[in-house]
Amino acid sequence: MTAFTAILLRDLRLAYAGGRAWLPLVFFLLVATLFPFAVGPDGPLLARTGGGALWMAALLAALLPIDRLIAPDREAGVLDQHAVRGISEETVALAKIAAHWLSFGPPLMLAALPAAALLRLEGATLVRLELGLAIGTPGLAALALTTAALTAGLSGAGALAGLLMLPLAVPVLIFGAGALGDDGMGALKLLAAASLLLLAIAPFATGAAIRAGRS
Amino acid sequence: MHIFANPARFLAIARPLTPWLGWGGALLVAVAAVSGLFLTPPDYLQGDSVRIMYIHVPSAWLGMAGWTGIAAASLFQLVWRHPLAAVAGQAIAVPGALFSAICLVTGSIWGRPTWGTWWQWDGRLTSMLVLFFLYLGYIALARASDDRTGANPIAAIFGLVGAINIPIIHYSVLWWRTLHQGQSITLSGSTIDASILWPLPIALLGFTMVFGAIVLMRMRTILARNKIEARLKRMAEA
Repeated sequence: MTAFTAILLRDLRLAYAGGRAWLPLVFFLLVATLFPFAVGPDGPLLARTGGGALWMAALLAALLPIDRLIAPDREAGVLDQHAVRGISEETVALAKIAAHWLSFGPPLMLAALPAAALLRLEGATLVRLELGLAIGTPGLAALALTTAALTAGLSGAGALAGLLMLPLAVPVLIFGAGALGDDGMGALKLLAAASLLLLAIAPFATGAAIRAGRS
Repeated sequence: MHIFANPARFLAIARPLTPWLGWGGALLVAVAAVSGLFLTPPDYLQGDSVRIMYIHVPSAWLGMAGWTGIAAASLFQLVWRHPLAAVAGQAIAVPGALFSAICLVTGSIWGRPTWGTWWQWDGRLTSMLVLFFLYLGYIALARASDDRTGANPIAAIFGLVGAINIPIIHYSVLWWRTLHQGQSITLSGSTIDASILWPLPIALLGFTMVFGAIVLMRMRTILARNKIEARLKRMAEA
């Protein structure tokens, strides 16, 4: 088993067995429940704005697990052990991004089904939302890892993570919500571009931040 | 650049340069303000509100140039381990955020009479707002670390990642043709009439010199603070 798959499987096991993969999902559904209370339970209005509200909820749910992604491994010395074994920080970062996406993206897409029912989304909108989430969540996961590595070990890491991650997630939100419309194919391609860009940068930024956190 | 690795050598240049930049810039800004307010004719369409340009354009330029400077300093810090680069990045962040805020506020005031709205979710406006939040994130990140000397490269990594936004701001008027006007001034010339345009370069140069003076002053402050902390540490150990 290579180092990549070992780290991936370990993180996945921790996420699912430890139960922390479910927390963002419950949060996501809770926001979807709160939204009708805030704007009123008017069916057509919910159907029109609900898709965007779910994207907002997904973005906020992506913030939740950030303080558990890097900081515990850093404090327990797991990251140092990887370095001693000669595994590059970029490999560790990529494996952790993949593991985080697997514990965050697909469950979120599942949770979007009941959430869409709560917000009375139409079938076509739901399909575009699921497509957008499938394309956008890898980028969000990559951004979450970068933010986690940057804020690991700092005081007030939680609030800081929000301040760092949300501005950089703006393109994902814009194109993700833009893809919900009837002519959403163009926005979907741009969403894929934003997501791929984040995925391409994240392993190097995360790796550099892990190294920097060691000094 | 490594001549300046020695802070004493940097300070020998920065100390006399600061008043020249600061007072010279203030003078140029005053000249631009007087000529922009009293000597240029009002625009045939926008009337007197066009005069906001003499503040709006320089602050927009400095907001973007500030982050470009942070990105360059971050690169110098991460790749060449230049000791002054981290100091420079931290010194640029606060005035950069300030000028981005000025750009957003003046743009909003300008937009009210000309576009009929304080705010529009236009590509240029949105990406500038994102830049402002990135500045706040960078400042918070640089302050959050225990190590106040600025040697920690964490903020530098964020400075490099956030630099993606700069080309987005620059090309936003080409990619999304919504409300904000396109480029009026290009290398080949300007679509603004010369009678209105001429104070703008003076204002640009003046504000840039003031910006440079603020950055130098902040760099000297950070260097002095590092020196004090190092001395206190030595005294505590002795």
